[in-house]
Amino acid sequence: MTTLLSLRNLVVGLRHGHQTSPIVRGVSLDVKPGERVGVVGESGSGKTLTMLSVLRLLASPPLDILEGEILLDGEDLTSASEHRLRQVRGSTIAMVYQDPMTSLNPLLHVGYQIVEALRAHDVDTPQARDKARDALRQVGLADPERVERSYPHELSGGMIQRVMIAMALAASPRLLIADEPTTALDVTIQQQILDLVLDLQDTTSMAVLWVTHDLGVVARLVDRVVVMYAGRIVEDAPTSELFRRPSHPYTAALLASLPGTQHTHRSLLHQIGGSPPDPTRLDRGCPFRPRCSFAVEQCAHDEPPLLVRGASRAACWREPDQWQT
Amino acid sequence: MLLPLVRRLASMLTTLFGVLVVVFVILRLLPGNAVTASLGVNAGLLSHAQLQAIDKFYGVGESIPQQFFSWLWSMLHGNLGVSLSSREPVSTLIGSALPVTLELAVMSMILGILIGVGFGMIGALHPDRWQDDVGQGLAVFGLSVPSFVIGTVLITYLASIFHYFPSSLGFVGLFTNPWLNLQQVFLPALTLSFGIGAAIMRTTRAAVLEIRGLNFARTARGKGISHLAYVWRHLFLNALVAITTMSGIQFGYLLGGAVIVEDIFVLPGIGRLLITSITDRDFPVVQSVTLIFAAGFIVVNTLIDISYTLIDPRTRRR
Repeated sequence: MTTLLSLRNLVVGLRHGHQTSPIVRGVSLDVKPGERVGVVGESGSGKTLTMLSVLRLLASPPLDILEGEILLDGEDLTSASEHRLRQVRGSTIAMVYQDPMTSLNPLLHVGYQIVEALRAHDVDTPQARDKARDALRQVGLADPERVERSYPHELSGGMIQRVMIAMALAASPRLLIADEPTTALDVTIQQQILDLVLDLQDTTSMAVLWVTHDLGVVARLVDRVVVMYAGRIVEDAPTSELFRRPSHPYTAALLASLPGTQHTHRSLLHQIGGSPPDPTRLDRGCPFRPRCSFAVEQCAHDEPPLLVRGASRAACWREPDQWQT
Repeated sequence: MLLPLVRRLASMLTTLFGVLVVVFVILRLLPGNAVTASLGVNAGLLSHAQLQAIDKFYGVGESIPQQFFSWLWSMLHGNLGVSLSSREPVSTLIGSALPVTLELAVMSMILGILIGVGFGMIGALHPDRWQDDVGQGLAVFGLSVPSFVIGTVLITYLASIFHYFPSSLGFVGLFTNPWLNLQQVFLPALTLSFGIGAAIMRTTRAAVLEIRGLNFARTARGKGISHLAYVWRHLFLNALVAITTMSGIQFGYLLGGAVIVEDIFVLPGIGRLLITSITDRDFPVVQSVTLIFAAGFIVVNTLIDISYTLIDPRTRRR
């Protein structure tokens, strides 16, 4: 099967003065057409920056892609022209952003903002209006006509979040990047959105990159999970494998901190001690080491690359059998 | 919708009344009056009785509150009084001077906004690049060099090197000879627009730079809309409230600057009228001109307040 999107050793750096410190430190990730991939990690682990890099939407300066390739159907987006990027944005790849409340232009009607996105990609106005209305109905907004005529400040947080999802879906993208898209929604609406995305996938073979810290959502929605820590991927595993047999102590700790888990990792931390490191000043060795109960001598010297561990890949020097009980 | 409008109108009138009182009192505190100003040292030759008769004729002998209310009363009847120095009705003097100043004000505002918004947008879209440096340099120049220096330098160089000084032909009206008139107003307007443009440029740059970093600007870019649509519909539109506010403030400075610039460029506007009438202690003219300046400033800023509700739906009340 061909890959739709392929990140090759992506490095994103933060410039301050004449120095740059990498914050995303070599992320490689493949997404196949129709595949659903979850991206999990604490705040500051580089999930959002990685996703924004794909559409080249980083706030530059101070953020910049320093190294690596972003291949869309084999075409490298890191060297693409602004013109080409405009064709990709909102059409081939659409994104739902974190913090929806501030993600719409406060001075324009909501309907107009959706139509504007469609019209930019050669959809004529009447057709764009129809598509916008359909999309708003699909995400479960009861009165799409009223929502279209509203300004963002007249809608609730949950409604705006659904508007943002509708805006992304209206263009029928081949890849949907969703950054914590269901955080402001109550459980029933959240379920509805997940069902909608699953539905759309059956009919359109849309691929999904779903950034979340909610492992419950991950379990229901995605085929594969990528766990990020301190700007790197520390584990990449099929969903069932990840829940059954995590290959990285950090993943195991995340699972153990789930409320009411019936997993067998009770011996691990329920709450991960310490806090994630500042990615701009990392020490030598594995960045998770200070919080890891299974660290050995080697972890202090060398940062582990992604190593194959059965069906998974994990950035840990130790075999899962050595620390799993 | 109606009630806020009435409230706004009431506050406008209160402000105007306050301006009138202040101007009236300050003028009366100046030493000398119209009689001494026109008679000069000859006033000393008149007898006490003669002086009193003249004072009574001009109404300057009454108490200050009496003078104020009799002037207010006649003004409410549309009578602005008679100039003490030229003996012409004040309304005639203002009627011929006001259009000149209006033309100057409109042209300076247009030039200032074009310069300010233009350089501000360019600077904000290319921060810390040479385009931005040019704009920033111009802004420092415009803010720090006073208009009378710019005006004098313009006149000196254009007149002595290029022999170009349209004002030397005597002022012509916009409808008598539009081409010559526009040339005559253009230089003073350009002089005034440096300061206006500099302030608007800085506001525009700062506002657009901030908006570029906001989430909705990123959403707009992420839609793949054209660069023009992104810049104007999303960045500029959201900067418009700040730009309009700064334009209103600059309009106030413009009125002050017009007084000086009209004098330098010999434009027969109300700024020059004000200067000559102050020297002549021609109180009816000074009062009326001040009133017009104040009214102009208040009206423009009220219009700006109203424009906010047109630009930003969040300021609209349902």
